[in-house]
Amino acid sequence: MVTVLYFASLRESLGKSSERIALPATVRDLEGLRALLVARGGVWEQVLAPSTPVRAAVNQSMAVGDTALADGDEVAFFPPVTGG
Amino acid sequence: MTVKIQNADFDVGAEIATLRRNNPKVGAVASFVGVMRDINDGSTVAEMTLEHYPGMTEKAIDEIIGQAKGRWDILDALVIHRVGTLKPADQIVLVVVTSGHRGEAFAACEFIMDYLKTRAPFWKKEQTGKDARWVEARQTDDIAAERWRFKG
Repeated sequence: MVTVLYFASLRESLGKSSERIALPATVRDLEGLRALLVARGGVWEQVLAPSTPVRAAVNQSMAVGDTALADGDEVAFFPPVTGG
Repeated sequence: MTVKIQNADFDVGAEIATLRRNNPKVGAVASFVGVMRDINDGSTVAEMTLEHYPGMTEKAIDEIIGQAKGRWDILDALVIHRVGTLKPADQIVLVVVTSGHRGEAFAACEFIMDYLKTRAPFWKKEQTGKDARWVEARQTDDIAAERWRFKG
């Protein structure tokens, strides 16, 4: 199981801030998880499609698509940051 | 170094005094305060809500300060960033850097702020007179952060 968090506009669009997902054996990295979520269709496809400027973190560090995922990881998806 | 994410306002004078207390090696203190404006992208903004990623935000800023310490000979650094609901003229963020001489303090302070803008997970939602909207990331912030790759 991995914990997946959603922030800001993604959290609002998806209507949830977190969930636990059991990774299928075929999903080994961040890109695979994103594709799994996009495959849910509807708003998931709209806001997480590869063409959208979504950022991600694995275990609270910024991460890119080929970052490997393991059981117990904390993954987060969010829009480009706008602090300061 | 100190990183604080908080709802409460901060007192710049008191924070600077605390950071440099009892350290006679400090010859320069550079600080930056980010303040909320009442206008953005042509619309009047009445209120703003700042969201962050508890845990990762603190870690990201710690790493940014660590990079600044690796690049410049600085003595200490402090970052305070507010979250929650803010109104125009409210203070949003404070960066303070101490060093022996001004050059290091100025450069490290600007570097920390430029990296915070593009790497620390915060998101702003603005309330205009009519509706609420998430602030979009600016390309100018990416350019500001990028130029540090080529500067000492």
